[in-house]
Amino acid sequence: MTLRIDPKRVEDAAKELYIRALKKLPPDIKRGFDTLVARESDSTAQSVLGVMVKNIAVAEATDNLLCQDTGLPIYNVTIGRNVVVDGVALKAAIRRGCERATREHPLRSSVVHPLTRVNEHTSCGEGMPVIHIDFSDTFDGLRIEMIPKGSGSENNSWLRMAIPAEGIDAIKRFVVDCVLDAGGKTCPPTIVGVGVGGTSDLCVHLAKRAATRPLGTHCADAQGAALEAGLSKAVNLLGVGPQGLGGDATAFAVHVELAATHITMNPVAVNMQCHSARRASAVFTEAGVEYGY
Amino acid sequence: MAHYELTLPVTEDAVRALRVNDTVTLQHRLFGIRDATQIAMFDRGRATRLDLRGHAVIHTAPNVKKVAVSDEHPAGYASVCIGTTTSMRMERFTEPLLRDCGVRIVVGKGGMARGSLDAFRKYGGVYLAIVGGTAALETTWIEAIEDVDLDDLNPESLWQFRIRDFGPLLVAMDSHGQSLYDSVNEAARDRRAAALAALNVAR
Repeated sequence: MTLRIDPKRVEDAAKELYIRALKKLPPDIKRGFDTLVARESDSTAQSVLGVMVKNIAVAEATDNLLCQDTGLPIYNVTIGRNVVVDGVALKAAIRRGCERATREHPLRSSVVHPLTRVNEHTSCGEGMPVIHIDFSDTFDGLRIEMIPKGSGSENNSWLRMAIPAEGIDAIKRFVVDCVLDAGGKTCPPTIVGVGVGGTSDLCVHLAKRAATRPLGTHCADAQGAALEAGLSKAVNLLGVGPQGLGGDATAFAVHVELAATHITMNPVAVNMQCHSARRASAVFTEAGVEYGY
Repeated sequence: MAHYELTLPVTEDAVRALRVNDTVTLQHRLFGIRDATQIAMFDRGRATRLDLRGHAVIHTAPNVKKVAVSDEHPAGYASVCIGTTTSMRMERFTEPLLRDCGVRIVVGKGGMARGSLDAFRKYGGVYLAIVGGTAALETTWIEAIEDVDLDDLNPESLWQFRIRDFGPLLVAMDSHGQSLYDSVNEAARDRRAAALAALNVAR
C-alpha cells in the first residue's frame, strides 16, 4: 500500500504542531528537570528550578504557552517508505499551517524582515519557516517534527574553524568557553548542541540538530558519544547555574553530532536549546495522524 | 536577604534600600519595553505620552489578542502570554531609561553589564531577575493591559500592565555596585581550569 499525503492534512498538522510544541514540554525534558532538581546543591538554583517546574504545570493547567517567545519556526520532515508526496505542495502546506497557527490562536509573530525589520504577523517570511526534508527507510509514512527555536538561546551560537594541529582539545576548550560566554543569556539549564566536522554550514546545522535531540539519546558515533559524556560532566562543574544565577544545573546535557570533514579542517559549532526545550511531532500513516514529541 | 513588597511608582530611597539577593514582589503597575521600543525612543527621538517616572519596566514583547475596548480591556488588548526576554541586548538603553524617563526598576532575565550597573548606582535603580521561560506563570501575575503606546511597533509596543503579586523577583543588580551576574561569572571563570582538567585538556 502506498500512502498518498494530502496537503490539507499537512497544513492542519503544521498548525497543530506549532501550538502543541509551545504548550507542552516533552516527557524527556520533564525527566531532565527531575534529575537536575534532585542533584542541585545551591538554594537560589533550587528556587529557580522550582519556578521552571511550576511553570510547566501552569502552562498545562491554563492551556497557555510555556514561554512568550514563539521563536523561529522549524519543521523537520522525514519521508519514510511507501509514501507519495508532492514536495512543493508539502512545503506550501507547512507554510500555510504555520501562518494559520499565528493568526488563529493567536500567537506573537516573532519573524521580521532582516533589513526593514517589518513584521508581517504571520511567523513567515523569506526562507521562514525553516523546512528541512530528509528520508528514512526505518518506517512507513511521513513524520513532521516542529521546533520553535527561541532567540535567547539562538542569539548565542558559535562557529570556529579550528585546524587539525589543535586537535580534539580545541573542540573541548571551545565548548567550555561558549558555555562561560553564554552565562545566563541562553536561559540555562540548556541542552548544549555541538557540531563537529563537516563544512562550516553543515557543522552549524549539526549543532542545531544536537541541541534539539531528545534528552537520553546519544551520538551514533562511539567517539562522539564519549565526547558528549565528558563534556556533559565538565560544563556542569562551571557553576553558571539556572538563569546564570549560580548553581550546579548549567546544562541538562551536552549533545554531539558529527560528520566527516576535510583533512585540513577541524570545525566545531555550538548551538544551545533553552530549558523550555520545546518539540512536537506528527506521524502520518494509513491509520491517520498521530501526535507526539 | 530581606523581602520587599513594592507598589509602583517607588521613590529613589525605596530602590536604594534594596541589596543583591533580596527578593521583591511588585504591585499595581508595570511597563513592557523591548528592543524596537527603545530604538524608537532613544535613537529616533520618539516621545511617549506614558509617564515612566518612578516606575518599573520589564523586557518583554507579549502575545496578545485584539478585543473590543471595555473596562476589562481598556487598551483593546487581552493578554495571551506575557513573558520576559534576554536583557543584555538592551544594555545601552538602561542609562537613558533612568536618566531621561526616570525609570527606577528594570525587570529582565540573564542580567545586564557594566553600563547598567553604573546607571543603577548613579541614578538610583535596580535590576530584578525574573525566571526566563516561565511566561505561563508570569501571565497569571498580570491583571490587564491598561494602555499601549507606540503601537505601530507591535508586538514591541510600549505596554502598560496592571499587575498583582508580580514575583517574587530576585535583586540581581543593585544601586551599590553589586551584581550577582558578575560574581557568578567570576567564579565560573575560576572553575574553567577544573572543567578543562576533567576533560584532560591543559588550560
